[in-house]
Amino acid sequence: MLRRRVIPCLDVKNGRVVKGTKFVDLTDEGDPVELASRYASEGADEICFLDIGATPEGRSTMLKTIRKTAENVFIPLTVGGGVRSVDDMRSVLRAGADKVAINSAAVHNPRLISECARAFGRQCVVVAIDAKRAHSRWSVHTHGGRVDTHLDALAWAARAERLGAGELLVTSMDRDGTNEGYDIALLRALRRRVSIPVIASGGAGSPEDLAVAIVRGQADAVLAASIFHRSIHSIGDVKRSLARAGVPVRETA
Amino acid sequence: MIEVAVIDHGAGNLVSMMRAIETVGASPTLVTEGSLESFDRVVLPGVGATGPAMRTLNSTGLSDALRTYRGPLLGVCVGMQLLFEYSYEDDTGCLGLLEGVVDGIDATPLPHIGWNSVASDDDDGNDPLYYFVHSYVARPRSPSVIGGYTRYGKDRFASVVRRGDISGVQFHPERSGNAGLALLSDFIADVRRVDNVA
Repeated sequence: MLRRRVIPCLDVKNGRVVKGTKFVDLTDEGDPVELASRYASEGADEICFLDIGATPEGRSTMLKTIRKTAENVFIPLTVGGGVRSVDDMRSVLRAGADKVAINSAAVHNPRLISECARAFGRQCVVVAIDAKRAHSRWSVHTHGGRVDTHLDALAWAARAERLGAGELLVTSMDRDGTNEGYDIALLRALRRRVSIPVIASGGAGSPEDLAVAIVRGQADAVLAASIFHRSIHSIGDVKRSLARAGVPVRETA
Repeated sequence: MIEVAVIDHGAGNLVSMMRAIETVGASPTLVTEGSLESFDRVVLPGVGATGPAMRTLNSTGLSDALRTYRGPLLGVCVGMQLLFEYSYEDDTGCLGLLEGVVDGIDATPLPHIGWNSVASDDDDGNDPLYYFVHSYVARPRSPSVIGGYTRYGKDRFASVVRRGDISGVQFHPERSGNAGLALLSDFIADVRRVDNVA
C-alpha cells in the first residue's frame, strides 16, 4: 500500500534556509544540507528546496547546495524556483534533484511543461501553483506571490495536467505562514479536477493539520516548513499523528 | 574494489546513484558509450522517459553492449523497464533481455509516487518500503522472473525481477534510505537476495 508522504520544505536564499510569513519578512533558519540530512534521518519521505533568491549568481550557489544534498541524503529531492527552460531543468536534475517544480515560467509559457515532460519524463515535472482566494474561486499568483495572473487555479491545474505535469504542489497564499491549517476547500476542489498527485502546502501549524489535509483534503502528500524548522514538531510526531488518524505512513525509526 | 558501470542515457539525476554506490563501498564510473566488459557490475539507472533513453542507448552502441554483457546487471525504474521487449510508453522497442512488455499502471492518481512495500505475497505491513516514481510497469511474460510485487490501488505489479545475472527493481534504491542502500550493497556483493526481497 502506498504511504502518504510528509515533505519538509526549505525555502533557500543564497545558500541559507529562510522562512517568511505570507511570502515576506524572511528570517534565517540554517544550513540547507544540514537540515535536509536531519529531516531524512527523522523519517522525512522527501525533501523540497524552493530557491527564493533565484538570481543568476544565486543559481550556481543553489546547484552546489543541490549537489551536496544529493550526495548526503538518500531520499528524493524536489527543487523549485527560477527554472525557466528545459536547460535550467536539466542542470537542476544533473546536480542531483529528482523532481523539479516550475511555477511562473510555466504560467508564462505553458509549453515548457510539455517540453520538460518529453525530455525527462512527466514524473519529474512538478507544477507549483500559488493560489489565493478571490471571492468564490482561487487566483494563480506568480513571481513569489507578487503578481496576480487572474487565472483560475483549478482550470490552470487541469491544463497543467493535460500538458504533462506529473504532480502539483499547491500553496494556499491565504494560509501560508499563518499556522491556521491548510485550505481544505482548495484541496478538495483540486482532487475533483485532476488525477495526478496533489501536494498540499501552506498553513500547517500542528500535526493534526497535516492529517486533516490528507483525510479531508484528500491530498497525496503534505508539505510544511516552519513547524519542522523550529523543532516545534518533529517528523516523528507528525507521522504518529497521521497513523492515529488512520493514514498509512512510513514509520520512522 | 568492485568496478560498477553506471549507464548515462542523457537524462536526470545520476548524482544519487553514483554516491549511493560509493557509500556501499564500490567504485562507480559513468559510461556514455563503448564497452562494458571491463566492469564487475552494470547499473542501468532509471530517470527519464523510455523513448529518449532507448534512442541514446541505440545511437551510442550501449544497447548491444548491455545485451552481450556477462555479469550482474541491475535495471532501476525505467532501467528495469528497458530490460523487457517493448514499452507502450513512447511505443519503443527495448533491450529484450527479459520477456514481457511495459504498460501503464491501472490505478489513479498517476504517477505512482512515494514509499510503497515490496512483498512476495500480500502486503502485511511489515515488508520493506522503497521509493517509487513511475506511471508504467513491466508485465513479465513468466511469473518465474518475479521476485516481488507491489500493490497500488487495484493494480498489483512486479516490482522486483530476476533471471540469472539480470535483475531489475521498479523503485529507486538510491532514493530509498537505508533499505535502498542495503539492496545496492547486496547487488555489489552479488548476494542474490533480490530473488526474495521479502
